[in-house]
Amino acid sequence: MSKVEPLPLELQTAVPQSLPVYEIERLSKTYARNNLTALSDVYLTIHKGEFVSVIGTSGCGKSTLLKIMAGLLPPTTGRVVLDGRPVLGPRPDIGMMFQQATLLPWKTTIENIVLPIEIREGRAAAKAAHVRAMDLLELVGLGDFPNVYPGELSGGMAQRASICRMLVADPAMLLLDEPFSALDEFTRDFMNMEFQRICMERGATAFLVTHSLEEAVILSDRIQVMKARPGRIVEDVRIDLPRPRTLEMINTQEFGEIVAHIRELLGKEAHE
Amino acid sequence: MTDASRPEVEDTVWEEREALIDRIPRWIAMTFLFVAVVAIWDLVTRMGWVSAIILPTPAETLEDLIFVGGNLIAGEYMVDALWTTTLTVAYGFLIAAGIGFSLGVLVGETKFGERAVMPYLVAIDTMPKVAFAPLFIAWLGFDIGSKVALAAFIATFPIVVATAAGLYAASENERLLFKSMGATRLQTLLRLKLPTGLPYIFTGLKIASVGVMAGAITGEFLGGGRGFGALIRQSASQLDTPRVFALILYLSLLGLALYFTVVWMQRYFVFWNKAEKPGGIG
Repeated sequence: MSKVEPLPLELQTAVPQSLPVYEIERLSKTYARNNLTALSDVYLTIHKGEFVSVIGTSGCGKSTLLKIMAGLLPPTTGRVVLDGRPVLGPRPDIGMMFQQATLLPWKTTIENIVLPIEIREGRAAAKAAHVRAMDLLELVGLGDFPNVYPGELSGGMAQRASICRMLVADPAMLLLDEPFSALDEFTRDFMNMEFQRICMERGATAFLVTHSLEEAVILSDRIQVMKARPGRIVEDVRIDLPRPRTLEMINTQEFGEIVAHIRELLGKEAHE
Repeated sequence: MTDASRPEVEDTVWEEREALIDRIPRWIAMTFLFVAVVAIWDLVTRMGWVSAIILPTPAETLEDLIFVGGNLIAGEYMVDALWTTTLTVAYGFLIAAGIGFSLGVLVGETKFGERAVMPYLVAIDTMPKVAFAPLFIAWLGFDIGSKVALAAFIATFPIVVATAAGLYAASENERLLFKSMGATRLQTLLRLKLPTGLPYIFTGLKIASVGVMAGAITGEFLGGGRGFGALIRQSASQLDTPRVFALILYLSLLGLALYFTVVWMQRYFVFWNKAEKPGGIG
């Protein structure tokens, strides 16, 4: 099922490289209950290995966009396609991560990590996935903690475990809903760098919702700037900083200019 | 390196004072309170401020405590009464747990339960449930059945409410996580909502364990029979106040046993929830 569809002009010129993994066209979401237009005419294409962020003020519809992309919420109009197949509900090839680690306290770290497999394929398959889960724990530096209960993990460690849970089914697409925003600033910086390393090692394709400008710029290849009422993408900002990014880049002029540009875009709205 | 213009200053080390009551061990505090209460009690009765029929002396009560204890140990008629009440409480508690949990799941998990069933449950819960005792006696007779019914009836509601609240306890993100993993409704209930709600459910069971005792004894007061409640009523009608006190004390051991059975089960099943409870008992 291959199809070559014309991409919207601006995106076509923006990213000419590899295969599109995720394609969203004319997406809109209206809540009939209060006749609220949460999203209006959203176009977004994410290519393999790309890291795309969406940033905007609260209530701009970015969480709604993420939920629709995850198949947790149906769109009102438009097309959402992942790996050539339309998204019509939750899918095993999507990995998700939330603001809280949401580890189940009655399961050990490794049991939490294989939970997606346990839910989909049963306990035997989950048991078999322990080897893979162990590799992931090593990858995030939690190799010594497979049998520890989440209550004994620090906030950063818990989020690393939830990274493993997101990766365990080897998803084609990672969806992240402000994953590190509950952590303190230093842990957060560290986790962002760790997350970049993990994504680069695995060639992951990721979509991040955040309201931290620095976080968006340091992690992303592209940033979608969203505005509210109705929720829409107003600019697709490319970040050409070299990889791997480092925290020192935050102090460079280029970084500062990007941050200033986006801040101005969003600041205007805050005044409106 | 000292600044000549500044006088030498000592370290400002000082100790935070801890109140005496926070420093003494619990058992000493408990013993102290016990001795104080008994001393006042003794004083009040010895001075003749209160009639002996209304409040017996501590010594008389102790005598009766020993008598009842001896009767229980020797396996005489009071053991039979205690066993009857224990059975009533046990059956009542198990029935309340079964019905309460089922109704709680219905209310907490389904819209029908929440919208249609819950209002009726609230309405019944606000009624004085003891008032149903004559009905239960009329329906089930003077045997243990009517007491079990009243005990279970009183104990059911806290379990319903606690179970329903427990099923709501899982966070929005946890629900989304399960949804994103493609979990079925049953999987979400069994693997997320119920385990998350267990601490709530056990709180309900603890409240129920207190209520079930009250229900059983009230039933025995009103419906007679061979339980401990009937013994208490009999002693009270003979103005044998020390015996009433003694019986109540032994009865409270039954209540404590049930309560701590629930606490022990909670520690076993909710091993991950190590939150400090005030007082540290339960």
